[in-house]
Amino acid sequence: MPEGTYCNKKPINTPEEVNFLLSDSSGTKYYEEMKLLDVDSELLASTIQKTMKTRLKTWLEICAHCGMCADSCFLYQVNGKDPKQVPAYKIQSTLGEIVKRKGKVTNAFMRHAMEVAWAQCTCCNRCGMYCPHGIDTGIMFGYLRGLLYQQGFVPWELKIGAGMHRAYRAQMDVTDADFVETFEWMVEEYEDDYPGLTVPVDVEDADIFYTVNAREVKHYPEDLAEAAVLFHAAGENWTIASKGWEQTSLAMFAGDWAACKMQVESVYGAMERLKPKRMVGTECGHAHRATVIEGPYWAGRPDGRPPVESIHYVEWLAEALESGKLKIDPEKRIQEPVTLQDSCNYIRNHGLKKATRTIMQHIVAPGYFIEMSPNKEHNYCCGGGGGFNGIGVFRKQRNRALLTKRDQILATGAKLVIAPCHNCWDAIRDLEEEYEIGIRWSFLKPLIIKMLIVPDHMKPVE
Amino acid sequence: MGVCIIGMAVRFVRYFLGLNWQLDRVAYRAHPAAGIKGAARSIYKWLIPFGTRGWRTQPVMTAAFFGFHVSAVAVPLFLAGHNLFLESKIGFSLITLGPALADFLSWLAVGCGAFLILRRLVLPEVRILTTWDDYFIWFIALAPFITGLVARYQMGSYGFWLNLHIFCGELLLIAIPFTKMSHVFLFFASRAQLGMDFGIKRGGMKGTKMAW
Ligand code: HEM
Ligand code: HEM
Ligand code: SF4
Ligand code: SF4
Ligand code: SF4
Repeated sequence: MPEGTYCNKKPINTPEEVNFLLSDSSGTKYYEEMKLLDVDSELLASTIQKTMKTRLKTWLEICAHCGMCADSCFLYQVNGKDPKQVPAYKIQSTLGEIVKRKGKVTNAFMRHAMEVAWAQCTCCNRCGMYCPHGIDTGIMFGYLRGLLYQQGFVPWELKIGAGMHRAYRAQMDVTDADFVETFEWMVEEYEDDYPGLTVPVDVEDADIFYTVNAREVKHYPEDLAEAAVLFHAAGENWTIASKGWEQTSLAMFAGDWAACKMQVESVYGAMERLKPKRMVGTECGHAHRATVIEGPYWAGRPDGRPPVESIHYVEWLAEALESGKLKIDPEKRIQEPVTLQDSCNYIRNHGLKKATRTIMQHIVAPGYFIEMSPNKEHNYCCGGGGGFNGIGVFRKQRNRALLTKRDQILATGAKLVIAPCHNCWDAIRDLEEEYEIGIRWSFLKPLIIKMLIVPDHMKPVE
Repeated sequence: MGVCIIGMAVRFVRYFLGLNWQLDRVAYRAHPAAGIKGAARSIYKWLIPFGTRGWRTQPVMTAAFFGFHVSAVAVPLFLAGHNLFLESKIGFSLITLGPALADFLSWLAVGCGAFLILRRLVLPEVRILTTWDDYFIWFIALAPFITGLVARYQMGSYGFWLNLHIFCGELLLIAIPFTKMSHVFLFFASRAQLGMDFGIKRGGMKGTKMAW
């Protein structure tokens, strides 16, 4: 049986197909069928021929096999310096072999490559900074994931995730109506405390167009209200869109480039429709990566930029604090040791280290902020990046991967970890569950709200 | 030598023509200034011994690497013997190394090369990456140094060793465009690419310089 009913090369496009795949709980049948899935070697070879250009070819060829990238990879360190975890080995023994054998590889090989691509690399791009030749193995793994996805060798959750984007233009089964209703409902809930709080929907020419992560709608709706409160307190002229509101992209983790394009085009469509001055995205790392950094290329925009200037939540927040739009009560600043998780996706890969540190200066009383080591661009992945957090079959490997961050946090001595990224936040929550080191973790929004000097117009009437 | 220069020029140009803004996801053309700045920093920082965190984290490796490479670049280009040869062929020569320095550099190359080969055998994370090709490349890279030194000290028949030396030298030059030795030039291409990537897309245009 080459193509299974659950596991096959076809992307899923409709809610029915999504539900069908979800009905196979934990993907048990899916992974059984994967063992029989044929490899279409010709397709593999012709895709490589068409999409593998000199950058990747040169990387594979000139790699000096010098191993200087080994220590830079947290997965190598955390797995007892297993030589099989050296970035160059991981990519040469998977992508390198596929290319060498012109796509003529077996089913078992592809399943092994799948494990390497999703459980031995989080695409954090750290190793790329340590290679003398400038070989970025994380980028090559992104490329390999695309090849594997096309052949149907992709973890069950990510096949579903990519399907969600195709079916709902969101990473979860949240419809456009669900989104707007949830936002409005949450804002109503908070209205008693913050009179005049509203959520403007589809307002044209606003200063800020706000985009979110569908998980907030489904699991953390208070985050939506908190965003509204802070925009309101800062006196911003903002809006959400009833279509094109989802900033994340599990399709990027899955390597489903066609779905990536569909997803960002829906957001860019909203930008073109509403013509806002800027887009601000929520506290999510990969969402920013997908919509702001990589998205323009999927959508074919030669200037490499989204249709309107797009910034991360931490950039907006830093700006609002610096300009005094948001004022912090100095008494209420954080007065305990606290540390900060630098998300690879917008710190290493978009240079935003200054914004988060500006925020720390405003919200932490002097002397309490402790940097992790290493930090900024050189920070390690939280342990759950690139989709790793969500993949059931690789849970054991993921839990092991969390050890790096656990030890980094322990070394700071802080009990509070600020994680302005959904993925990192999840990983840090899981690491506390798994290893119980007695820490708390938080996004920025709830912390800021607690210490905000509420402007008079927003005080509840007595 | 002609093969080497022409071969590499072709490969260099093809590298840059083969860059694809959409597949690489870097808008090379739209932002040339940011790109050039990023590329220049990326090359420059990595050419300085201990200039990057990558180099600093592995000091011994770095010392051996630069020890080998300084002479691998300097000796073939600036050796007095080589320049005499060049002068007789094309009537032009570069500045030359004094004999003591030349001897020192040549031995340095052999010593560091031997150390790097040992490192390859000893460290598990390097051994797993190593293929027979790597040893072959090392053989090709070190042969001209060893034969050159033997000829220089006039051990055995000078004529024989010199001819062998010239043969090995030619072999190396020919290997450059066709093997991993292409890194002599493609190093600059690859580093420039990643520099442009960070300079344009990944933070450079946010005003953050990559802390290599
Ligand atoms: C292909 C053209 C080459 C020619 C015609 C050539 C010729 C010579 C000559 C005439 C000498 C002088 C020997 C003496 O001092 O009596 C020499 C020495 C030497 N050559 Fe070359 N060579 C070539 C390529 C290379 C290359 C590619 C390398 C290294 C990568 C190299 C490394 C050396 C070394 C290390 C010495 C000994 C230097 C010393 O200690 O004085 N040669 N070569
Ligand atoms: C401008 C010229 C050159 C540059 C920028 C350059 C750069 C590099 C880099 C970045 C590496 C990988 C890092 C490493 O192994 O530590 C490397 C490795 C190597 N290079 Fe070069 N190189 C140059 C010229 C040469 C020449 C002329 C030779 C030979 C005579 C050579 C022989 C080698 C060898 C054998 C290795 C492998 C080292 C190993 O096994 O660890 N290179 N080079
Ligand atoms: S991208 Fe990150 S996880 Fe992947 S090999 Fe490199 S350092 Fe390791
Ligand atoms: S550091 Fe770079 S050249 Fe060296 S083995 Fe790793 S990827 Fe290859
Ligand atoms: S989950 Fe966070 S730390 Fe991990 S790769 Fe993504 S952004 Fe980086």
